[in-house]
Amino acid sequence: MGKVTFSMGGIHPHDSKFARECAIEELPLPPVVYVSMAQHLGAPAKPLVAVGDRVKVGQVIAEPGGFISAFVHSPVSGTVKGIAPRKDLAGNPVMHVEIAVEGDEWDPAIDRSRDLVTAIPDDKAAILDRIKACGVVGLGGATFPTHVKLSPPPGKVAECLILNGTECEPFLTSDYRIMIERPKEIVVGAAIMQKVLGGCRCVIGIEENKPEAVAAMRAAVTELGYADIRVQVLRKRYPQGGEKQLIDAVLHRQVGSGGLPIDVGAVVQNVGTALAVYEAVQKNIPLISNVLTVTGDKIPANLQHNYLYRIGVPLSFVAEQAGGVPDTAAKIISGGPMMGKAVSNFDAATVKGSSAILYLSEAATRRRPETACIRCGRCADACPMGLEPFLLNRLYKAADLEGLEKNAAQDCIECGCCLYSCPAGIPLLDHIRQAKGQVMGVIKARAAAAKAAAEAKKQ
Amino acid sequence: MGNKKYIVSPSPHIHADVSTTSVMRDVIIALAPATLVSILAYGWAELVVILVSIASCVLLEWAVTRWLMKRPSTVGDLSAVVTGLLLALNLPSAIPLWIVFIGAVVAICVAKLPFGGIGQNVFNPAITGRVFLLVSFPAQMTNWNPTPGFIPLPDAISGATPLSALKEAIKSGSTIPQFMQANGYEMSSFLWDLGASAGELSASALVIGFVYLLIRRVVKPWIPLSILGMMTLVSLIFQGINPDIYTGPVFNLLTGGTLLGALFMATDYVTSPMSLWGGVVFGAGIGLIDMMIRYFGAYPEGMSFAILLMNCTVPLLNMWFHQKKYGRA
Repeated sequence: MGKVTFSMGGIHPHDSKFARECAIEELPLPPVVYVSMAQHLGAPAKPLVAVGDRVKVGQVIAEPGGFISAFVHSPVSGTVKGIAPRKDLAGNPVMHVEIAVEGDEWDPAIDRSRDLVTAIPDDKAAILDRIKACGVVGLGGATFPTHVKLSPPPGKVAECLILNGTECEPFLTSDYRIMIERPKEIVVGAAIMQKVLGGCRCVIGIEENKPEAVAAMRAAVTELGYADIRVQVLRKRYPQGGEKQLIDAVLHRQVGSGGLPIDVGAVVQNVGTALAVYEAVQKNIPLISNVLTVTGDKIPANLQHNYLYRIGVPLSFVAEQAGGVPDTAAKIISGGPMMGKAVSNFDAATVKGSSAILYLSEAATRRRPETACIRCGRCADACPMGLEPFLLNRLYKAADLEGLEKNAAQDCIECGCCLYSCPAGIPLLDHIRQAKGQVMGVIKARAAAAKAAAEAKKQ
Repeated sequence: MGNKKYIVSPSPHIHADVSTTSVMRDVIIALAPATLVSILAYGWAELVVILVSIASCVLLEWAVTRWLMKRPSTVGDLSAVVTGLLLALNLPSAIPLWIVFIGAVVAICVAKLPFGGIGQNVFNPAITGRVFLLVSFPAQMTNWNPTPGFIPLPDAISGATPLSALKEAIKSGSTIPQFMQANGYEMSSFLWDLGASAGELSASALVIGFVYLLIRRVVKPWIPLSILGMMTLVSLIFQGINPDIYTGPVFNLLTGGTLLGALFMATDYVTSPMSLWGGVVFGAGIGLIDMMIRYFGAYPEGMSFAILLMNCTVPLLNMWFHQKKYGRA
């Protein structure tokens, strides 16, 4: 099979994978961790521990706060010092459990050996329970609870599990490293999810700039011999790892506006999530650690790392262990340069979905001063959703909500391709984000009103 | 984080290495071969026309933005340089310099800045300037006596443009073969077409420049392809009807302002549609109008008029044609 890619838009930024040769190192334990109760999509988790409680590594410390929510486990052993709001990386207060680290004593139910377990349990419900109980969430960015995504609503059938190994964001190398270092675990994780979804086929999508990962994953697929799993090489193009784009690239199907991947028979999971599923189901290890990349432009090789970190470690502690914040850094980003968040509070704790600490220099991140739109159409060419950002920007400025909805502002996936491409430095995405929020509000209000009217009619 | 301040702003955090200035610079680079050929062919006079045109456009834009509009000058984006260069390439080299200046005034102070400057103008500034001069100073604008160049030209033809001579001949009842024979013309005479504006001199120089723009992804080929395609289609149909009085596609594509207009003027971002199909319709309209003027109009060719007329339709085309959206019919 030749290389494939998604059908519209996209950009080709330099991939800047400077940390690709850095093997995963285990980050030393910090003196204190702060475990967020809102590190997954959906309702925040409810703490189950009290100040003064002693906890072991992997012990449950919070339970789901709703249907779409997740368990949270202690990433360290020690004493609960506080349960209080603490600032996240944007400076917003979020409930955290503070644990002072004492030793490294693991829950005895956890299998810490590195032995590969390839036999997959038979009971699907038991597998799903294990995934849920281990607090596994999607590690591709959205942190959507995995057990929910693996339980399609009645009437919907998964035809294809797509494993996202694209890592299309520049600079990030954590997915690359796990595909190189733990390919077999990822494949077993994929096979487990295939089983849960009723034996659908599985395609592992990897971009062409990671030939070593393609080779490692292909070797693992061949060696393990599960049915119906293959590796698909994708052309390098951002945002290929976007769920809708990846489905388009692999299956040549498009998810309708407001629809879900399962509507076209697809379930997309990140390779990191597959690894977490393996650890949860085969080893009973809850999601208490993840891999993040410490990297940046124009910074020396010895400051670049891929760390296996315990969730809840403050970003500043990771940075210290990595050799400190480089002098050239003008902006610190949690995540990739296209969709990551600028850090305003460096003392914020890492969460399940942390993927990188990225240092960008002034030159690399500077926004050009805004000048007049020259109607070059680069934004529309770059939009992977086929939107016309220049038009949405104009409609936003005119506060034309009807026009914004008609021109599908709500379909924006906030990938940043429009703002990246604009030669006039127009803050397109800044405006479209606002517009999208307003349109979503209108759509929700309309749906609520329609529902209320329907109920009134019934009575 | 110590006391050092870090930038906090929304994603994306990196940006493509492209700016309005870099885009305009690419257009100037793309026009360089054609500019060079016309300077070699028409000598110092052509060089002076080009310099006066560019200097006038830049100066006018600077003065008007600074003193009348009281906003930061936009000359740094090089768009005024592009306008000046395109205007010059649309003028005969023997034109009096004060007329060049008037063309610049119309381009910058009538077509461009009153609409709000770069990005806002409805009509292509250089073409507006050229058309204004063509209807105001018909004698000077059609004085195609070549000024002495730096290289000798093959088949130098002086006097009236062969294009208009041919048109006159056909009007007075002559046929194309008779006209060619009577004047001792070969088809190749037209390919150097000294009766055309300086910049149209060499089709290959224009095409090379355009290929550069395609490679740099500054423009897309749809509009030129649509113009040239429509002109070819119309030419073939009419030539098929009567080859004695209707010129064929090769002649029409390589004479007059066709290539300069189709490759560099109709593709102006601001005054052309943004969607693929909008561009195709826009180009087809230009090709059709130009051919109608060539066959039935008073002027020997009508690329400038065709582009100006189709400029008017751009807001509508932008409203009617949108690109395909993901996951929607």
